[in-house]
Amino acid sequence: MKPLFIAKETWAGVRANPGMFLSIVLVTFVSMSFVAATALLQLQLANFKDFWFERSQVVVYLCNDLSGELSCPTGGATDAQVQELRSQLASPAIADYLSSVRFESQEQAFARLKETKTATDELQYITPEQLNASFWLQLRDPENAAIVVESLEGQPGVAEVQDQRGFFDPIISILNNATLLSGSIASVMLLSAALLTTTTIRLSAFTRRREISIKRLVGASSFSIQLPFILEGLLAALLGTGLSVALAYATLDRVDRGALSSELSIGELVTVADVISVTPQLLQISLSIALVASVVSTVRHIRT
Amino acid sequence: MIKLEGVHKRYRSAQEAALSEISIDIEKGEFVFLVGSSGSGKSSLLRLLLREERADAGQVFVLGKNLSDISGAEVARYRRNLGVVFQDFRLLPDRDVYGNVAFALEVLGKSRAFIETAVPDALRLVGLEEKANSKPASLSGGQQQRVAIARALVNRPEILLADEPTGNLDPDNSLEIMNLLERVNLAGTTVIMATHDQGIVDRMRRRVIQLDGGLIVRDSQRAGYNDQVGGEA
Repeated sequence: MKPLFIAKETWAGVRANPGMFLSIVLVTFVSMSFVAATALLQLQLANFKDFWFERSQVVVYLCNDLSGELSCPTGGATDAQVQELRSQLASPAIADYLSSVRFESQEQAFARLKETKTATDELQYITPEQLNASFWLQLRDPENAAIVVESLEGQPGVAEVQDQRGFFDPIISILNNATLLSGSIASVMLLSAALLTTTTIRLSAFTRRREISIKRLVGASSFSIQLPFILEGLLAALLGTGLSVALAYATLDRVDRGALSSELSIGELVTVADVISVTPQLLQISLSIALVASVVSTVRHIRT
Repeated sequence: MIKLEGVHKRYRSAQEAALSEISIDIEKGEFVFLVGSSGSGKSSLLRLLLREERADAGQVFVLGKNLSDISGAEVARYRRNLGVVFQDFRLLPDRDVYGNVAFALEVLGKSRAFIETAVPDALRLVGLEEKANSKPASLSGGQQQRVAIARALVNRPEILLADEPTGNLDPDNSLEIMNLLERVNLAGTTVIMATHDQGIVDRMRRRVIQLDGGLIVRDSQRAGYNDQVGGEA
């Protein structure tokens, strides 16, 4: 079995059915474009989380005189309660999770509100006493926020403990749903590509039945008879995946990053480097599916 | 060289057996005709020798191998010792004469140097070296069958199986093909040929095995063409 002969036979198979070959390439192209979109959406989501979770904090709002009975039965946080909370935050059980702690008094909260609120009319009805003093906790690892929140919730003088990451749940949910949708379409398309590959190989085997019969009669091994058909399937998958990678590359290469990142603040936008980084996985997926489809079809339809 | 002992074969879809109680012994260098009407079992016998089919019962020994016992990979290796010719030539229309003959060697991974020597030799043997670059469609039936014979012989097989090789040819071309097969046989290749053509069988005066309904009804041993061993079941 000579590689050059096998390559010629593979090419002869492609030439015998160019339309069918092209259809596998195109279906693979579309399906792998959805797979690539799924992978890049997940990378974008990771970038988004990295960007915002690093900036998000756990905020411990302290009781004020207006806090409700339920969370603050003793009324506003006393100095002793604030001091007790400070000691807790400094204890190793919590401090190990924190990179910084900042206390904001009611006056400081009011000053910050004045800086950020443009509608000054509203401010004339607000006094510092209506606001909550708070501790702003920056975590070393935002994933540990639940531990910190749990240990501070319900402590005397604490009105509410808020993990700011919760603000991003809607957009994370949108990105996750988009990933799910893209992944679902990719799965259906990949199934279509696999079925098309098996049908094409069956047709190709029928078209080339005379060559196959001669090969069998002169004593060619089963492997050398089947290999060109398997390679035909793999070649189509390779070309289709190449096109999908090229499409993703070209799309991301043309994006105006400056405009997008300042407008959307979604963290670092995925780049062509990310496309390159997912390319081996894309090839692995498409070639594996093509290999299984080709081998199954070849073994079923080509008698050796 | 070829030995069949009590071979029985029935196809799944058929009610009658294709071959029953077939026992044959063929020596190296023999030229044997398989004759009989359509459905008599000639092609089934060739398919057993090609190991396209397995016997349901009995043993088929060829070149020292028990064909019932060999694996798929061994079947491929075994077939390299056989040459096969069919009534419909089975040439590849998009390849020229040289390409058709070379195909049999390319498939087996033979070196280019070997192919460049063996193919012209085979074409010379069948008298078609001048037609090396012609496409099969431009050749007569007899010439196409000679290309098929060249392809069957190019790997120097020990046995040539021919299934109605003159079935599609006129008498002149048939004679030409038979002369060629006779020369091949004289060079040492065992030839087993299935045919309907009684005229050819009479003229060649070689061993004849006659089949009818899957049974051997006559086996004229070697030259002499006298009915001797009745293989009747």
